[in-house]
Amino acid sequence: MIDKKIRVLVAKPGLDGHDRGAKVVARALRDSGMEVIYTGLHQTADMIVEAAIQEDVDVVGLSLLSGAHMTLFVDVAKLLKNKGLEDVLVIGGGIIPEEDIPKLKKEGISAVFGPGTPCEQIVDFINKNVKK
Amino acid sequence: MKDLAEKVHNGDPRAIARMITLSENNDPKAFDAMKKIHPHTGKAHIIGVTGVMGSGKSTLICELTRIFRRQGKTVGIIAIDPTSPFSGGALLGDRVRMMELAMDEGVFIRSMGTRGMLGGLTSAVYDVVEILDASGKDIVIVETVGVGQAEVDIIKIADTTLVVVVPGLGDSIQTLKAGVMEIADIYVVNKSDRSGVNQAVAEIESLVDITCADKDRKIPIIQTIANQKKGISELIEEIKLHKKYLTESNIFESQRRMRYQAELVEIIQKRLMNLIFDEERFKEKIDDLIDKINSKEIDPYTAADEILNSVIK
Repeated sequence: MIDKKIRVLVAKPGLDGHDRGAKVVARALRDSGMEVIYTGLHQTADMIVEAAIQEDVDVVGLSLLSGAHMTLFVDVAKLLKNKGLEDVLVIGGGIIPEEDIPKLKKEGISAVFGPGTPCEQIVDFINKNVKK
Repeated sequence: MKDLAEKVHNGDPRAIARMITLSENNDPKAFDAMKKIHPHTGKAHIIGVTGVMGSGKSTLICELTRIFRRQGKTVGIIAIDPTSPFSGGALLGDRVRMMELAMDEGVFIRSMGTRGMLGGLTSAVYDVVEILDASGKDIVIVETVGVGQAEVDIIKIADTTLVVVVPGLGDSIQTLKAGVMEIADIYVVNKSDRSGVNQAVAEIESLVDITCADKDRKIPIIQTIANQKKGISELIEEIKLHKKYLTESNIFESQRRMRYQAELVEIIQKRLMNLIFDEERFKEKIDDLIDKINSKEIDPYTAADEILNSVIK
């Protein structure tokens, strides 16, 4: 019996040190039956993508509160594509201004979840959009 | 396109990652590739690292890996954390302590959930050890949570098992308890800058005195402070000495045989279960038999006989 589980990498790119939100989301994903690999703080795009390759994840979830999302989220999405991981779903969260969201979507971040998003919404989105 | 097994043998990280997933998911696509890589296995030194949560296993592995790398060895790391028995999900956090190794091409780290297996391992771990071995890693480190009496399965896989303890976790009765404390090839007392370290070491020493009284090898006890990089070189030396001891005493061969036996049992169990519980033709029969057991028309043993007889045919 094939027993597939959705694997999600939860990462904090850049320099902000606030991972409460990322941990809450990680826990909610775990409780919905997914395998969540948490990488901790201060990750570079290279480190995140390397981890995504080795862990063979279906989803990369990025959390960022420092304001550098236009650089770092986009770097991760581009690097994933360059390495041939087009089938990995990239989602983001944190403090992201409304007007940046369409630009991020254009760059390959499939969804952005701001503060106050119910966790079920994120779980649902992943279940519906996972590509593998 | 080259096939998956060949790519794994060439050390392609994406192929390694893919093959691990297939094997973890119990996907039949993995079986063929597993058959092909077996001739390329058997070279890596398999090191098991177990101990209670928070004893610093991941940090210790990170430091060990750093030194192995300096010595020119490539390293594969399998970090196993428990799968929730309620949701089936898992939060795998061992990578946090190892992220600085992530950019090193000579290191491959994979986090795994136990996915319902007892004993601290996941049933795919035999495959994953073989995959990393076949990919050319010189050292394969398997990290498991070992909290007490049950989680000792790591010895079925590892050539060398490290049991990591920290000072202040319990008195001498705790160290005498059966289970994890019996499986060490090397004891590591980590966080040895904490108070109570002398007592912890003394207690393990007396345990070793009892258990090794009639053996030709005395289990060493190494003190480390992993987050300050202290004691790591000494630990590496002991790991090497243990490998030498294994090879010279032929225990290495008999341990490997034990591992393959455990692996064989695991594969047969998994495939037998698949055979019975996946096949459409058995579904109705099993449901029917359960009804009959429930209504006392038949007993569970006779029902099991019926199912097994039709499988064997």
